[in-house]
Amino acid sequence: MADADGRTAVEVIELVKRYPKRDVNAVDGLTFAIREGEVFGLLGPNGAGKTTTVGILTTRIEATSGRAMLAGVDVLRNPVAARARLAVVPQRSNLDRSLTPRQNLTFHAAYHGVGRGERNERAATLLKQFGLEDQADVKVDWYSGGMAQRLMIARALIHEPQVLFLDEPTTGLDPQARLFVWDRIREMRERGVTILLTTHDMDEAAALTDRVGIIDHGKLLALDSPANLIKRLSGQSVLELTVTPAPGDGADALIAALVAADGVDKAERVAAAMPAFGPGNGFPGGFPGFGGGGPGAGAARPSAVATMVPGAAGPVRLRLYLTVEPATMLAPVVSLLATRSAELTDVHIGQPSLEDVFIELTGRGLR
Amino acid sequence: MTDLILPLRSTGSSARKAFLAILWRDVFVTGKELWVLLIQVALTPLFMLFIFAKVLARQGFVSASYGHLLLPGIIALAAFLTALQSVAFPLVMEFGWTKEIEDRLLAPLPTTWVTVEKLVIATMRGLFAAAIMYPIGWLVLGTAPWRPEGIPLLIVVLLLGAWVGAGIGITLGTLITPAKISIMFGLILTPLMFTGATQYPWPTLDSLPWFKVITALNPLTYCAEGVRAAMVPDVPHIAPWICVVVLVASSAVFSVTGMLTFRRRAYR
Ligand SMILES: Nc1ncnc2c1ncn2[C@@H]1O[C@H](COP(=O)(O)OP(=O)(O)OP(=O)(O)O)[C@@H](O)[C@H]1O
Ligand SMILES: [Mg+2]
Repeated sequence: MADADGRTAVEVIELVKRYPKRDVNAVDGLTFAIREGEVFGLLGPNGAGKTTTVGILTTRIEATSGRAMLAGVDVLRNPVAARARLAVVPQRSNLDRSLTPRQNLTFHAAYHGVGRGERNERAATLLKQFGLEDQADVKVDWYSGGMAQRLMIARALIHEPQVLFLDEPTTGLDPQARLFVWDRIREMRERGVTILLTTHDMDEAAALTDRVGIIDHGKLLALDSPANLIKRLSGQSVLELTVTPAPGDGADALIAALVAADGVDKAERVAAAMPAFGPGNGFPGGFPGFGGGGPGAGAARPSAVATMVPGAAGPVRLRLYLTVEPATMLAPVVSLLATRSAELTDVHIGQPSLEDVFIELTGRGLR
Repeated sequence: MTDLILPLRSTGSSARKAFLAILWRDVFVTGKELWVLLIQVALTPLFMLFIFAKVLARQGFVSASYGHLLLPGIIALAAFLTALQSVAFPLVMEFGWTKEIEDRLLAPLPTTWVTVEKLVIATMRGLFAAAIMYPIGWLVLGTAPWRPEGIPLLIVVLLLGAWVGAGIGITLGTLITPAKISIMFGLILTPLMFTGATQYPWPTLDSLPWFKVITALNPLTYCAEGVRAAMVPDVPHIAPWICVVVLVASSAVFSVTGMLTFRRRAYR
């Protein structure tokens, strides 16, 4: 499955894992490939099988069936050669607590055959780069979760792996540390390291990955670039309007007119439950009637329900589901409203996010 | 065990380097925490020696020469028990809780070699414990048997005894979860310690035939008997060649069980 734009670094074919004494497959016929130098995101709800997949690819979990290739090596047949080419930052700390942080790096490098002088040098450089220089020779037990996470990433880099596995590398990190880890990931990407990243942070996936695979119950549900996945939900880019219909014009009539417009898939009325601060008016933005001076400006405040009364002359909030880019619909909508003398007090463009894609594919149920 | 053969061809040298590196890690950590090991291993045999051979002898309950019978047994016990404990306890914690061992399991060498490394380091610790037991015993008793011509046999049986202890330790350490660690102590270690002919010579057990059978089933018996054959041959003992044969066979058996249980634990 060599792609046109590069060689394959990781390939998983019909991979199945059933843990002993379990009656469902944790990984259930997974097939995907990661290009060399790519940052690949593996997303999925809790228990979807992400860690299991990483475990199989990193030779720590035995596959029930299927094939897994890594940097040209059959992971299941030749785990030793695979180990020499990969590194993994696990979901849970597995630092060697009998060693200092610095020794964690140097011993790890020694396991991977890095010579003494070289490994001491690399350890010093990495400790500095990861901001652990001052805490390099203390007890690992003294490390906070974020420091341990940074140390594990440094450890993963010291033997210069071709493929790097990061299992939820930023879970539990503060914003600074998260940005720091993001920068390191981008840096490795620039150096041509192939990265498989699992995460629950959709912004992280959108910001870092070239492509994401969304899995649930061990099965692949979607695989594409974040942008393409979002685009696929195109019917769901939305435009939210707060409008006061002209006297004599009803909200329903207005909706009918808007749906008739090209590019509008669907329109519905939503409760104007205290929306976000609007730009510039210094008052809750979509606050019904504000600025328009329409009737019931004050009376509408206690309850959004007031805006739901059919035929009421107060402002209403409408949501338009579009089949085109929301920005291109602004002008047509504004002119349509103008011809009906409706007053527009707030506009909000709702871009669907990767999270919407994720929820759409995996549902809202808790695992 | 295909992963034992393949890397010999393709990645043999990296596996050898990795093996030496993880061995060096364990030697390094053992050296750093030597006093922990000393307390762990030396204390039980030391008290045994002190109570049985010193206190009871002083009170006339045992003969003064009992010390010379007991010391070889204690040395065998130290080799066996240290090898067993110093690998079993860390393994239980590393697999069950800290996951520390993962980094070594991810080194480019076959999992079986990691087990072999554990056997080697545990055996080394066992031999170390046996070696320090001799001067300590001499200090406690004020006298100790000395027989240079027995040293080769002594080394062989201690090495094999420690190896058997290491194999049992790895097997237990990879079978037992942290929650059951105290059960391991009570149910397995204590009986092993007291049915191993360390405090009594096996051939003199004729009046207790059932206990003689039980003792014969404990590999530690052959280590203790072998050490006595080397150090105090006047005391009745099992023939050295039988000791060596049984110890070789048991070390082979427990090395294999250790490799199997280790592999099962390391590779889910
Ligand atoms: N050692 C194990 N024994 C039995 N079942 C397991 C084991 N490890 C994981 N599972 C099961 O396999 C499934 C997949 O688990 P996995 O850890 O791969 O999920 P995940 O996608 O990493 O989840 P999370 O986002 O919570 O980390 C789950 O149903 C889990 O209960
Ligand atoms: Mg996980």
